[in-house]
Amino acid sequence: MTSPLDEVFRREAGRCTATLIRVLGDINLAEDAVAEAFAIAAEQWPKTGIPPNPGGWITTTARNRAIDWLRRESTRSERQLAAHRMRIDSMEPDHNPELDRLDDFIDVVADDQLRLMFLCAHPALAADAQVGLILRLLAGLPTGEIATAFLVPEPTMAQRIVRAKRKLHDNHAPYRVPGPAELPGRLHAVLAAIYLIFTGGHTAASGQTLTRTALSAEAIRLGRALVELMPDEPEASGLLALMLLSDSRRAARTAADGTMVRLADQDRSRWDRTLISEGHDLVRSCLRRNQPGPFQIQAAIAAVHADAPTAESTDWSQIIVLYDQLYALRPNPVAALNRSVAVAELRGPAAGLDALAEIDAASLENYQPYHAARADLLARAGRHDEAVAAYDRAIELATNTIERDFLVRQRAALLTDDQHGSVRQGGGDVLGGEGEGADTDGQGVADGVADGGGNRALGAFADAE
Amino acid sequence: MPQYLISVWHDESYEVDFSTPEAQARVAQVGAFNEELQNAGAWVFAAGLHPSSSATVVRSTGGEVSMTDGPYAETKEQMGGFWVIEAPDLDAALQWAGKAAAASGEPVEVRPAQG
Repeated sequence: MTSPLDEVFRREAGRCTATLIRVLGDINLAEDAVAEAFAIAAEQWPKTGIPPNPGGWITTTARNRAIDWLRRESTRSERQLAAHRMRIDSMEPDHNPELDRLDDFIDVVADDQLRLMFLCAHPALAADAQVGLILRLLAGLPTGEIATAFLVPEPTMAQRIVRAKRKLHDNHAPYRVPGPAELPGRLHAVLAAIYLIFTGGHTAASGQTLTRTALSAEAIRLGRALVELMPDEPEASGLLALMLLSDSRRAARTAADGTMVRLADQDRSRWDRTLISEGHDLVRSCLRRNQPGPFQIQAAIAAVHADAPTAESTDWSQIIVLYDQLYALRPNPVAALNRSVAVAELRGPAAGLDALAEIDAASLENYQPYHAARADLLARAGRHDEAVAAYDRAIELATNTIERDFLVRQRAALLTDDQHGSVRQGGGDVLGGEGEGADTDGQGVADGVADGGGNRALGAFADAE
Repeated sequence: MPQYLISVWHDESYEVDFSTPEAQARVAQVGAFNEELQNAGAWVFAAGLHPSSSATVVRSTGGEVSMTDGPYAETKEQMGGFWVIEAPDLDAALQWAGKAAAASGEPVEVRPAQG
């Protein structure tokens, strides 16, 4: 994907689709028209050169093509067509099927992108459908690529997307930016969906590494677009900061042999300082607003890690305070788990295990990072038999090979240590939590939430955030 | 305007005792919600249903009609009542559904009607 046309596609496809959905009032028709316009561009642009406003060209061409199609379908009455349209707030002029006023709608394109984000992440849709729709409609990714990235067969993903579109259509889902009363909840759904895309890419599963890196990049691109569209929403900035700060550790997260490196063991000189500084700036601007939210707090935690020149110098007491705030806002067991891990760093494994014991274990029974974190703390507390059992459970639940290999090695090291009578394995283990998954070397499992591994993340914990 | 079915679901393995103050409070809440729907012009129809043990399943196969004791779906959760409302779009319907769930104290399901 490096040709100039591909670049235009990556940049413009989502925006054009968003506008065409409003103009045509039909998702499928809009998608087809935009695809057709890009096909025409692929034919013409090599001869004519790329027009000065490629997005406008694509939108106009797609609109004209759709009008042709609609005119040819003269058997469909106007009323039938109207019935197919989405419900759109205050959009009378564009509701006109003649759609002649292109200039009028070009300047509300930004709003269209937001409308489409809120539509795709409608809470009436399951998290995996939201993610599929966003990647299909806003990122313009082919269904096959989305399926590969989330490790499901292409027909499964295709069906998921088709059903989601159909549900929105059959239910007369409105194409609008939610009003102030609904906005906080609806915005959180959008942010959570983008974060799921990020963590899907953040968690490198073996063999999928490349595709998944692209997924993280896509999530960051969507996050940037959202911050641009909603500059006054600190949670949007918080999400972008969290993604940038997590992504800054990408290079350090994997060893040369492809195995996972935990946060504590990472070569911090390989962290991307540009991303860290952008993330820090965003976190600071969020703090100034003083409207804390879960993504901002998680970004702040990531920023504390980024601030520490060595693992030993991490300000764990600050991290515990932040997890307390996170838990106060959204009491969920994953936040409590991460907090326990931070407590262990500050006050030792026994204190960490005490904190862990306060969590409702049943809610985390099938959550691999919980068992991995517990195994690590037990090992460090010298309770090796229990640690081995916890590793066994974590290995059983691990969904990707890098993660599993890591746990298997930890377990094996524990048994070797046993023989040598050593109490503690590997130096400076920052908990299993950071041991999170293959990815989150990050601030604990939390980030792990969605992290766990693409598909699992899409399931149980999608709502946890 | 689109119409939506809002159905109330509950676990039928225990019987609702309508004489309790809690049940009476719910009846009053549902009454107030019905009134709100009517005042807003969103009301089409609504009813609470007798327990599913009162149901009869009727089939027509090749012109032959047969009956069996119901309910049709042998599940623990059964529909206990429903509203049919008119709403401009899904988000408006979901807002009504939220109020319906609060009034009835049970989960509700929202489904759009065809046409």
